[in-house]
Amino acid sequence: MLEYAWIIPAIPVLSFVVILFFGKKMPKGGSEIGIFAVGTSFMLACITAVQWFQRVENASGKSGGAALSAFGKGLFARAGEGGVIVQPVVSTVRWFQMGGVTVSIGTRIDGLAVMMLFVVTLISLLVHIYSTAYLHDDVRFTYYYAALSLFTASMLTLVVASNTLQLLVGWELVGLCSFMLIGHWWEEQANTNAALKAFLTTRTGDVGLMIGVIITFFAANQSFDIGKVNASALAGLNGHTIWLVGASCLLIGIIGKSGQFPLHTWLPDAMAGPTPVSALIHAATMVVAGVYLGARVYGVFWQGFSIHSGGLNAMAIVGGITILIGAALAFVQDDIKKVLAYSTISQLGYMVMALGVGSWVGAVFHLFTHAFFKALLFLGAGSVAHSGSHHSFDMKKDMGGLRKYMPVTFITFMIGSIALAGIFPLAGFWSKDEILATAGQNGFELFTVVGLIGALMTAAYMTRCVYLTFFGEYRGHHHPKESPKAITIPLIVLAGFSVIAGFANASLFDIEKFKQYIEPTVAFPKNIFGVDFDIGLAALSVGIALTAIGIAAAFWIERKELKGLKGLTERSSVLKAGHTFLVNKYYLDYLYTDVIVGGIKGPIARASYWVNMNIIDGVINGVGKGATVIGRVVYRDIDQLVVDGAVNGIARETDQAGGLLRPLQSGRVQRYALMLFAAVGLIALALAIFG
Amino acid sequence: MILNQFLILAAILFCIGVYGVLARRNGVLVLMSVELMLNAVNINLIAFSAYLRSSAGDVFALFVITIAAAEVGVGLAIVLLIYRNLHSPDLDRVEQLKG
Amino acid sequence: MNWFDDWALTLAIFLPALGLGIVLMLPKAEEQLAKVVALGTSLVTLAVGIGILAEFDYGKAGRLQFNVDEPWIKVINAHYHLGLDGISLPMLILSMFITVLCIIYSWNHFPEPHNVKGFLALILLLEVGMNGTFLAEDLILFFIFFEIVLLPMFFMIGVWGGPNREYASIKFFLFTLFGSALMLLGFLALFFLQGSFQIPTLAALGDGNLAETTRLLIFGGLFLGFAIKVPMFPFHTWLPDAHTEAPTVGSVLLAAILLKLGTYGFIRIAIPILPHAARIWAPWIGLLAVIGIIYGAFCCLAQTDMKRLIAFSSVSHMGFVMLGIATLTSFGINAAIFGMVAHGLITGMLFFIGGSVQHTFGTREMGRLGGLLKQAPKMGWILGFCAMASLGLPGLAGFWGEFPAVLSAYQPSHGLSTDAFRTFMVIAAVGTVLAAGYLLWMYQRVAFGEPKPEFANAHIHDVTTVEWIAWTPILLMIVALGVYPDIIFSLTNDGATHIANLVKAVGG
Repeated sequence: MLEYAWIIPAIPVLSFVVILFFGKKMPKGGSEIGIFAVGTSFMLACITAVQWFQRVENASGKSGGAALSAFGKGLFARAGEGGVIVQPVVSTVRWFQMGGVTVSIGTRIDGLAVMMLFVVTLISLLVHIYSTAYLHDDVRFTYYYAALSLFTASMLTLVVASNTLQLLVGWELVGLCSFMLIGHWWEEQANTNAALKAFLTTRTGDVGLMIGVIITFFAANQSFDIGKVNASALAGLNGHTIWLVGASCLLIGIIGKSGQFPLHTWLPDAMAGPTPVSALIHAATMVVAGVYLGARVYGVFWQGFSIHSGGLNAMAIVGGITILIGAALAFVQDDIKKVLAYSTISQLGYMVMALGVGSWVGAVFHLFTHAFFKALLFLGAGSVAHSGSHHSFDMKKDMGGLRKYMPVTFITFMIGSIALAGIFPLAGFWSKDEILATAGQNGFELFTVVGLIGALMTAAYMTRCVYLTFFGEYRGHHHPKESPKAITIPLIVLAGFSVIAGFANASLFDIEKFKQYIEPTVAFPKNIFGVDFDIGLAALSVGIALTAIGIAAAFWIERKELKGLKGLTERSSVLKAGHTFLVNKYYLDYLYTDVIVGGIKGPIARASYWVNMNIIDGVINGVGKGATVIGRVVYRDIDQLVVDGAVNGIARETDQAGGLLRPLQSGRVQRYALMLFAAVGLIALALAIFG
Repeated sequence: MILNQFLILAAILFCIGVYGVLARRNGVLVLMSVELMLNAVNINLIAFSAYLRSSAGDVFALFVITIAAAEVGVGLAIVLLIYRNLHSPDLDRVEQLKG
Repeated sequence: MNWFDDWALTLAIFLPALGLGIVLMLPKAEEQLAKVVALGTSLVTLAVGIGILAEFDYGKAGRLQFNVDEPWIKVINAHYHLGLDGISLPMLILSMFITVLCIIYSWNHFPEPHNVKGFLALILLLEVGMNGTFLAEDLILFFIFFEIVLLPMFFMIGVWGGPNREYASIKFFLFTLFGSALMLLGFLALFFLQGSFQIPTLAALGDGNLAETTRLLIFGGLFLGFAIKVPMFPFHTWLPDAHTEAPTVGSVLLAAILLKLGTYGFIRIAIPILPHAARIWAPWIGLLAVIGIIYGAFCCLAQTDMKRLIAFSSVSHMGFVMLGIATLTSFGINAAIFGMVAHGLITGMLFFIGGSVQHTFGTREMGRLGGLLKQAPKMGWILGFCAMASLGLPGLAGFWGEFPAVLSAYQPSHGLSTDAFRTFMVIAAVGTVLAAGYLLWMYQRVAFGEPKPEFANAHIHDVTTVEWIAWTPILLMIVALGVYPDIIFSLTNDGATHIANLVKAVGG
């Protein structure tokens, strides 16, 4: 299967075509085809993964045995270390040839690709199932599934890509799918605006990617091949500068796609799309394409940003800033999906920062765990909207107290939140800790601190989010109930993964499956930092997260008592006290958002939100408007007036010159004859004089 | 042989012809004036031919006579058409080609 | 098949002329017959094209094949010299292909004042000129075919065009004629200095024996002739007017084929014959090309008329083609030819849709349109597809014209200013964002949202059968070329490399 991995993306391509042309005639509107196709891809991805593990085992000289048992054994026993080289499985066919360069298309299967194949197909499958219920009565059910299939195919193409050009193809295609799905309900202008914004913002980043791909192509002596690019980069071929420029350009691509500061503004807007799409595309898979790119051609960044030498570099800084501004913005949102969107931005910041501080394993591991719990949270939010709040995502207006009505959603959402907050022993703890520990041990202490502050904020805003959604009184005006099975089963599966995924690389127990199976051994920085588990740091980060939750929990208990009091007051007498309590309730709500991280968070978040909405967004909108204005000016004043004016001017002058000569053309034969004779006379005279 | 007399005669005839072409309004008269000019040229040609004892001038004169005949044929047809269309042989009224 | 080898190219050019003669002889009332004859002729011509595809020796794509070389005008040593290589083959097939589809599309769509016979005759005459230009290997022959296309296009715009048709058609005619005059001067200068009109002979001779100023001036003449046709900034102003006023089929042919005559001229004539001069001119051409990219995009953003927007997008897209050519590298020239084919298909298709939108809604004002996806979902999807193809989405044809062109600018031909071209590269890459901007903005205004009240209750036809027949082949080609670009690259690579080597050989 390792050689035939192209089948995995090919299946959803086929299903896209079939759904597009025959989906409407199917009894279930094409959804069954999509589910079947992605299911098959998932199975194949699992087989590929197992075969890869087997390959690593074989290379390590271990008695291979059944791959599954190897994997199982690996879960509990630490595998042998040592410099074993496991070649990635690259199988390509000629794509085209041009100017002496042959470009191939094909698959490059190694640990990283296998891990992504698993994540993408699994979450895509769950989202496919989930959507059957969530979008049951949608007007464009079939097209939705077609787009999902196309998305899965594109994402898988990106994942298995054997060269950067193919990666670019997949990259742009997932952007297209994102555009289609954000604008799924295109009747409303807001949605289409969001779709346009997403496409244009990411495409701005793509300029960087495109140029980065071109620069690395030339820097690697005219090759797109990922292995060759990495090897050339690490060898410092053609000098360091070219790799620095190349890495910077690629970083711009990452910033655009993975919602990094300052191009992150499209991601919250992208929540205009259907919720399962937000889970799949804008949380678990597409937005991590940037991180994936970073991990894929890590050699370029390693060389370009001189990561081995420690100190500040653009990648870590961008990631660090994104962590903080993303988390800060998550506090002031009333829309549950926007909270999650800003949280995604913040978490993507962790991954990018991890790459920047040399924690390759940390970045990829966090990508892995984040995919599960963030998809879970989004799908949970969708479940709430579907069955609890009547398609509203407003936590303050239409939610509250839902834990009583929706137990499954509540429990799974709690698991997701705790995993996100990084509480031992759920998934987020392990991956976040890996990043923070690496940063600290590589001399990037500043970024450890940033990460810890981020962890504090994460725990706090998630507590707020969970509180507003599931605790307190129900504030909506409908009849909340638990969601159907098609929705809850994916939630349960994801919750399961959110609990156990962290143990794939639980350094505390000496389980380092990621280091063993996922980290490449070919064309990769040889001295990539190995990290010891830092128990103190782990305790600190968990402590911080627990503190944040504790404060929130304290508020929750207090509020419960207040509510009891309030109820009493209302029942006994309608007096000023009750009124005050009522007012207090709102004050508490206000206070709630205010107190958790003290007085700092509110103003800062609001300020950064203001900056976000007014300055950065303003710049983006301004650029858009400016371009239109320039366009109008260029068109009206330069094109029509100057350039076209010159053209018309010449014509007009010719016309006028003609007008001057016009009287000569009297139409009378004798006039002409007179001129003729006069001319002859003049010539004769001239000849007589000068001849 | 005295060449001058022939040349002076030709010049006088030519000038009369030019005057007729430019000044007369009647198309037929203009045509006749053109004939006059052509014949003035003929006189010159033959005079020079005799003077230089070369037959080239005679040949040219014959050509001119032939062409003059053709020209009169076409010219008269045009004048007739003008008369038919404008009910007058007056050339001043033919100015549709005015720019 | 020796017979076919000798006559294929002549047939490709003059079969349409034969059909044109037959159409002209038919009585005016026999509209149906005229349509059948025109379609038949174009199909037979396409069949000849397919025969050429089958007989073409792909192993020697860089060489001229199907040569015909007969003395023609002895006094000036002009020959009836036709030939075909991997560079002209895609253009020839594109021209034949688009002509057939245009005739099919016209079937029920004849613009006012109807006159079926005249309209079809003009299309066939255009095909004569277009096919001839792509096959001519003699400068005089090239010039004649290059000029032949002016005439039918002039009448097509002037008679069947929109309200401002007279202005547009005269502007189109005079503008291009002006360029051609200077181009002819260049040809004559070449003849008097080099003693031949044969393109292969001249290319073999090169311009090494000419004085510096002379070759620069000759190149300048050719440049003007071709650049106006492309059209490059700042010679582009005839294009939006011509496109806006032209009938749909006219716009399609204009965008799909006619513009390519200019770029083809650069690749076939200007650069191989005058490599020294090309090296001096290249940075300036590159500069004009990127100005065109950005400038065209800005102008697109200011448009309210759908067709005018697409017209300006041509200026922008042809900028990428010219940028590729200006690098004088194999990458760049390959990209340029791919860009020509891709732009021909995609923009041609966009104009088809623009025409159909006008046909159904009676307006192309984007402010009045909206909700196309709701009223005519299939047309909306096709429009979206084409917009995506046009903005250079990988997997569709447009990308392979754009990306390699940008790529080639990183490393222009040896000796050209790398700094200048790398700057061009970045600017061109920014142009792709603007392209996405104006195309999606157009799509949002036309296709998304609810239909405007004005048309809310109108009975709107979705894509008709005739349109499907005319459009499906183009759509399939866009996908096929996008997925497997080697279809074109394998043909053009040898020729492009050859030209790049010619230039490299004279470089310092």
